[in-house]
Amino acid sequence: MNQELTTEEQAALKNIAAKLSTFERQRGNLIPVLQMIQEEIAYLPPETLKMVAEHLGIFECEVYGVATFYNQFRFRPPGKHPIKVCLGTACHVRAGDIILENFERKLEISEGETTPDREFSIERVACVGCCAMAPVAIIGETVHGQMAPSKVEGLLMRIEIEKEMEEREKQKNESGR
Amino acid sequence: MPKLLVDNKEIEVKEGTTLLQACLDNGIYIPNLCYLESMDDPSASCRMCFVEIEGEEKPITSCTVTVKDDMVVKTDTLSVRRLHRTAFRLLLSVHHVDCKNCHVNKKCELQRIAKYLEVGLKPKHLEQHLKEPDIDQDHPFLDYYPNRCVLCGKCIHICRKKHGQSVLTFAKRGFDTVISSYGKNDVSSLACEKCVVCVDICPVGALILKEAQE
Repeated sequence: MNQELTTEEQAALKNIAAKLSTFERQRGNLIPVLQMIQEEIAYLPPETLKMVAEHLGIFECEVYGVATFYNQFRFRPPGKHPIKVCLGTACHVRAGDIILENFERKLEISEGETTPDREFSIERVACVGCCAMAPVAIIGETVHGQMAPSKVEGLLMRIEIEKEMEEREKQKNESGR
Repeated sequence: MPKLLVDNKEIEVKEGTTLLQACLDNGIYIPNLCYLESMDDPSASCRMCFVEIEGEEKPITSCTVTVKDDMVVKTDTLSVRRLHRTAFRLLLSVHHVDCKNCHVNKKCELQRIAKYLEVGLKPKHLEQHLKEPDIDQDHPFLDYYPNRCVLCGKCIHICRKKHGQSVLTFAKRGFDTVISSYGKNDVSSLACEKCVVCVDICPVGALILKEAQE
């Protein structure tokens, strides 16, 4: 939870503060306010919990209690390539948990966390609606069906390589100018 | 004043009393962990205080029932005892049983209930499920032991009762649920070191003053 805010996020915080003032100061607004923040900044940094508590006139710990109860709220920034591993019934039966474990081991983070470079984050989801392809993992926007533990490394490698290629391309363009 | 029959004993209590309170006031013990008389709306979350009431189909938690005239109640039937024991065993399956090193040893409500229900403190048929880490030292004056906590919520209730708002809260969900004191500003605003109602009310010694341990 103790990740530094990026400059973009600092700016978003100001935006949030402005939006916050449009909400009435009553505790019933807690969840809508948290949802608004997450829409703006994609997660709930500790700073925002404090802002919300002050605005609504309740204790920070109450905000924290409500926010941690619901699955929809996250406390870590999503990675550039969010990985969602399905653990719905079909994927569970076809050992989706092993896929999840493999991602966790390869990236050295656990489910719900983000790598320090903010490239990857892992999340578990319950059914993405393509059970025939179980077990399923979603990386970014791409659905990967019939996942196998052995495919995990390849997928991550591909993203790494794509990133490197992009960078090389960029350098080429810059030096070509 | 309503008169009722509990375990063949006639008792008379004030209107509006909860059944659990009525029994406790009249020397009839029903195991309970999360109930306080000052609660307007008991949560019945410990699932310990089941009784059978004539006319009701199933056993019912006595803390959520208000006494009525001519109620006939049984507190020690087989099915009620089974519910007591099961609820208790489930609580112990997430409890780090280490009484020797626990500061409430011999004053612990769990020990009392274990003796009353004749259930061992080490669960035999259930898997142990403990939380990590074993101790939460976030609060400036209190240490919290999630593996001792029975999540009765008394500390939250009593803090809110006394201060209007509580610096303690339930956080997370399901097996991961803990009591949390998130937010440093709240704690300083209440002067916790002079209060400690939460430590005193805890039935199991999950909250403890930092200095008391040394």
